[in-house]
Amino acid sequence: MIIAERKPLEEIAAMAAPYKRVLVLGCNTCVAVCMAGGQKEAEETAALLRIHRKKENVGGEVEVFSIERQCEFEMIDDVLEKLKGYDLIVSLACGVGVQTMVEREPSLRVVPGLNTTSMGYPLEQGVWVERCLGCGDCVLHLTMGICPITRCAKSILNGPCGGSAEGKCELGKDVDCAWHLIHERLTSFGRIGDLAEIQPPKDWRSSHHGGARTTVREDVRIDRGE
Amino acid sequence: MLELIAGSKLEKAINSGQFVVTGELGPPKGADLTAFRHHAEGMRNHVEACNITDNQTAIVRTSSIACGAVLVQMGIEPIIQMVVRDRNRICLQSDVLGAYALGIKNMLCLAGDHQMFGNEPGSKGVYDIDSMQLLKGLQTLRDEKKFMGGEELEGDISYFLGAVENPFADPFEYRVDRLEKKINAGASFIQTQCIFDLDRFEKWMEMVRERGLHKKVAILGGVTPMKSLGAARYMKNNVSGITIPDELVERLKGAEDKKAEGLKIAIETIERLKEIEGVAGVHIMAIAWEEVVPEIVERAGLYPRPKL
Ligand code: SF4
Ligand code: SF4
Repeated sequence: MIIAERKPLEEIAAMAAPYKRVLVLGCNTCVAVCMAGGQKEAEETAALLRIHRKKENVGGEVEVFSIERQCEFEMIDDVLEKLKGYDLIVSLACGVGVQTMVEREPSLRVVPGLNTTSMGYPLEQGVWVERCLGCGDCVLHLTMGICPITRCAKSILNGPCGGSAEGKCELGKDVDCAWHLIHERLTSFGRIGDLAEIQPPKDWRSSHHGGARTTVREDVRIDRGE
Repeated sequence: MLELIAGSKLEKAINSGQFVVTGELGPPKGADLTAFRHHAEGMRNHVEACNITDNQTAIVRTSSIACGAVLVQMGIEPIIQMVVRDRNRICLQSDVLGAYALGIKNMLCLAGDHQMFGNEPGSKGVYDIDSMQLLKGLQTLRDEKKFMGGEELEGDISYFLGAVENPFADPFEYRVDRLEKKINAGASFIQTQCIFDLDRFEKWMEMVRERGLHKKVAILGGVTPMKSLGAARYMKNNVSGITIPDELVERLKGAEDKKAEGLKIAIETIERLKEIEGVAGVHIMAIAWEEVVPEIVERAGLYPRPKL
C-alpha cells in the first residue's frame, strides 16, 4: 500500500489561510489504512484547523468529506459537483489523489495535506516500512524476495558492502542490512552460489530515470472504434 | 615476471614479488594543496604509490583526480579512488578517461560511505552502479575497448585496477566470496579496511589461501596508526566496518604517550602482516596524521624501498 503521514498542522493552516470555504477531503483506501488520511483523520484535521483558524482570527468555514479513492476519475466524478463549491480542497490522499483531482477538474484548487512517503506495509501498530520503489524491473527472484533497490541504502545488486556489520546497515544500528538478510536466506535455501554471478548494471529507464512511466495494456484497452 | 597491464610503478612492484607499500593522502576541504603536497613529498621515497581518497566519508574535498594530477606533476604515483556514490556511469567513465589522460594509471573502485554521514547529508546519492559493476565496467573498457553501454572506445587505454575488501564486515563468510567476485570482476590488487583484529584477519587469509585467491590478486593489508584514545574509540564506535579489539583500546588507555603507543601498534601489525602467507604488502592509512607514514615504514623495516 501507499504510506503517507499528515503534514504539520501549521503548514496546512498556512496553505488554507487565504481561503474562505475549505474542504478537508479524506481518502478511504491506503491512507486510511495507515491512519493518515481516512474519514476519521479528515474529521480530526478539520476540527484542528477550525480551532487554529479561530485562534488566528481567520474567518470562513472548514468542512469535511471523504471519498473511496481520490486516485480514480470515476470516484471523483460521483462527487464532482459538490467539490466545485469550495475555494480550496485540502486533500488527505497521497500525491496521486491530489493530481487526479486537478487533472479531472482544472478549476479545483487542491493542496496536499499529507506527505506521501513510500510503498510498503505495516510492521506493527504505528510502524510502516518501505518495501518497493517501483523500479519497473523487479529483481526479487534473484534476492529471495528482499528488495535491495529499496532496502539497501546504496541499491547494490552484488552483495553486502563493506559497511555491513552484525546484520545492520552502515546507516545505523536500527536499520537492517538488506544484503545480510538476502545472504541469510540464500544460505538457508542452499543457494549462496547464486551470489557469485556478477549482476550487470541496472537499466534505470524502467524506473523514474526514464521520466514518468505510463503502463499500457493493449489487451485490456477498450476499442474506441477509431 | 608477468606481462604488465598498465606498467605503473605499483603494478611493477607487485609483479616483482617485493612486499609492497602504499600510503594514503586525503585531499583538503579547500583548494590550497600546500599541506597535501607536503605530505606527498614526505611519502615520496617510502611508498610505491599514494591513494587519493574520493570525498572521503562523504565530505566535500578537492577532487581526487585533480590531486592525482598534482602528484603526477610531482613525479609521485597516485592511486585514484573512485566511489559510485557521487557519479553515474557516464561521469565515472568520463573521469577515468580524463584521469588516464592526465597520466594516472591506478584506479581503485569502491562504493563510498553513504552521503548521510558527510557534510551534505541532504544530497541525492547516485548509486547508479555498484562497485562490482564499476570494476567490471572498467575492465571491459580497458580489455574489450567497450563502454558499459556497449559503444566502442576510441583508441587505447591501460590502467591498473584495484578494489577494497573489508574482512571485518559481516556476514564474515561472504567476505571471501566477495573477494573472489571482485577478482572475477577485474581487480588486480586489493586494499583492505584497517586491520586491528589480527586474529580475524588471519582467519580470513586462511580462507583466502584455501581457495588460492592470494595467487590471483595482490592483497595489501590496511594499517592505521591510532593517534589518541579518542580516535580509537571514535573508530570503534562510529566508523562502519572497523573493529578494534578491547585489548588494543586498553593498551592505548594504559600508555603514557598515546601517540607513541599507537605507532608501536601499527608497526607490530605490519610485522605480523609480513609473516602472513599471501599478504603482498601494506596500505598505510594515517588518517589526519600523514606525516607519520615515513617513520612507520622505516621502523617496520621496509625502508629503503627496493629499486624496481
Ligand atoms: S526490485 Fe524494483 S519492483 Fe521489485 S520490489 Fe524492488 S523496487 Fe520494487
Ligand atoms: S550495509 Fe547493507 S544495506 Fe547498508 S548499504 Fe551496505 S549492503 Fe546496503
